Amino acid sequence: MTAEKIIFLLTGALILLSALMVVSTRKLLHAALWLVVTLFGVAVLYAMLQASFLAVVQVVVYIGAIAILFIFAVMLTRREMRDQGQQTRSNWWLPALLGLLILAGLVFLILGVPGADRVPAALPEGFDAVRVLGTALVSPNAYVLPFEVASVLLLAALVGAVYLAGAGKKP
Amino acid sequence: MTFADFLNNPVNFIADWLTGLLTGWGLPDALATILVYVIGITVLIVFAMVLDIGLVWVERKVVARFQDRLGPNRLGPFGLIQPFADIIKLVIKEDITPAGADKVIFNIAPVLAAVSVIALWAILPLSSKIFGVDMNVALLYLVAAGALGTLAIIMAGWSSNNKYALVGAFRMVANMVSYEIPMVVVLLIPTILADTMSVQGITQAQDGLWFAILSPLGFLIFFISAIAELGRTPFDLIEAESELTAGFNVEYSGMKFGWFYASELLHAFTFGGFMAVLFFGGYGGFFGLEKVAGFGWLTNPFIEAAVFIAKAMFGYWAIMWVKYSLPRIRIDHMLAFNWKFLVPLSLVALATPAILHKVLIDLPTWQYALGMFASNVVIASGTIEILRANSRKQRKAEEKLSPQPVKN
Amino acid sequence: MQNEWIYIGLFLVIGIIVPIVPLVIARFISPHKPNPIKQSTYECGIETVGDSWVQFKAQYYIFALVFLLFDVETVFLFPWALSLNRLPLFVVLEGILFIGILVAGLVYAWRKGMLEWA
Repeated sequence: MTAEKIIFLLTGALILLSALMVVSTRKLLHAALWLVVTLFGVAVLYAMLQASFLAVVQVVVYIGAIAILFIFAVMLTRREMRDQGQQTRSNWWLPALLGLLILAGLVFLILGVPGADRVPAALPEGFDAVRVLGTALVSPNAYVLPFEVASVLLLAALVGAVYLAGAGKKP
Repeated sequence: MTFADFLNNPVNFIADWLTGLLTGWGLPDALATILVYVIGITVLIVFAMVLDIGLVWVERKVVARFQDRLGPNRLGPFGLIQPFADIIKLVIKEDITPAGADKVIFNIAPVLAAVSVIALWAILPLSSKIFGVDMNVALLYLVAAGALGTLAIIMAGWSSNNKYALVGAFRMVANMVSYEIPMVVVLLIPTILADTMSVQGITQAQDGLWFAILSPLGFLIFFISAIAELGRTPFDLIEAESELTAGFNVEYSGMKFGWFYASELLHAFTFGGFMAVLFFGGYGGFFGLEKVAGFGWLTNPFIEAAVFIAKAMFGYWAIMWVKYSLPRIRIDHMLAFNWKFLVPLSLVALATPAILHKVLIDLPTWQYALGMFASNVVIASGTIEILRANSRKQRKAEEKLSPQPVKN
Repeated sequence: MQNEWIYIGLFLVIGIIVPIVPLVIARFISPHKPNPIKQSTYECGIETVGDSWVQFKAQYYIFALVFLLFDVETVFLFPWALSLNRLPLFVVLEGILFIGILVAGLVYAWRKGMLEWA
């Protein structure tokens, strides 16, 4: 077993464990913080795949913005912070079984893909992934349209957020 | 391997020697490399911590001078031993955890606050040969470390189970996330000018010309938003002693409080360092002087490190200068200043050099620099005109509302 | 490429250990005599009234939302900034169009009074 595999397995275990904690912990804020751990684990995976840009963006956007937004939302709903009620329904085993089945199916599918166990080749020396990404994002025969459409999508999200926030204000 | 080799590239010299020593003992190459990394990192972090202790003294001395006092002057020459006494006091103080606190998060928060600052030292280029790592996404890494700091403050505020702490944490987060936008936008300016995100590349691109000359507005916006990120006056609503006693760290005592304090000081110094790197040529930027015969010694790693620390200290001093000169601003003013002024201005300050850089790059250097500088002057004067017109309008509206004074 | 992440990983691990060491030392050499008064919530000597969970302004949430959108936008701009010097002038204009659309969003939020702290 290589060192890389050990780090990968540890990170994977951390992601799974923290994801489980997100749904099982009783305090909402703890759930949000466990989610941060999960997201950080994903960033580590990106770093291991030599996707530096994605790894850093994962931390900037997901931990720096989305997790903070979650924590704000959790803190604004003060009474629900310490939920004492029943956490599971009586038929909890059914979705659990379903989830396991889907997992088994996915594992089966992934194992069927030829070359799924291959180690990715190292990037050539001096290869700057961010620059290549940038060139692809703005050159007309690549992804310039999605790039511009993304800004329209962000605009739509902003308008939607403003509308929803303003809805409560009206007399 | 000679002494001259050591002087020219100390880190590589020691690393080679250590690796040779360790592999000589029969360690595998990979393990030896990792061990050398660990030793190097430990030395770098310990250096940062020792510097941090020095910063306590600097901060107290400088604030004393600003307030016309003497500052610490009893322990040792110029009170230099005072910070060590402070640390001993912090370590032997009783550590109180409030009754309703969330113990685990309460204990993690100060460590995370320290880590978010220490992590920045991994990319801080002390000199062309002495640095942690030269990443090609270094500027985003800087922002990512800031995100961890935000998280630490929220955790501290929430876990204390204290109204003041929670209010302080909320304000701090609103402050930090707001000012992150103009900061990230102006980080794009050095990226465009140097055509790279690596801090070494940005430093070397400024050998002939500092980016502060090409984009003074960018520097100014970075300076303001750095102060806001640090939560220092005039943006210190988190602490706001007069209303929140101490803000998010009100329930912390002993060494846990010590880490919040230490990481704030180190953070300020580190941001001084990044200001030097991004806009003032970092360890270099001698305007080509190092190429003149007789000045070659300027590129010696130790001289470069000294230059870098001097520049970073100056940045840190400028941050202190602002801190001890200005009063605290109100939260609505703070947010309005960011979203209605700094964000639009930073976007303009980014778009203009992006176009001009593309258009002017083929011209001789002095014309290029003049064009960039002039565009900044135009934007700045335009902004001032708009502000003036706006305040005139506001004054008119106020005058109309308030009753006219009666003339006798 | 991967080396730099190994370095960052080690840096973070040691960066976590360094702050913990003084805390552990402090735990052993500092006194520990808790009592209910000492451990009570500090509110300048006045007894605590009610829950620590005071109601917060929803405005904090709005600002976090606006921040999130601008954060994603600026992250998109970094690859753009890196490709500027290699590609023709209209690439700059593409980026500026991208910024412009977002500025329209900012203006909209401003007009709707979302940026007021009221």
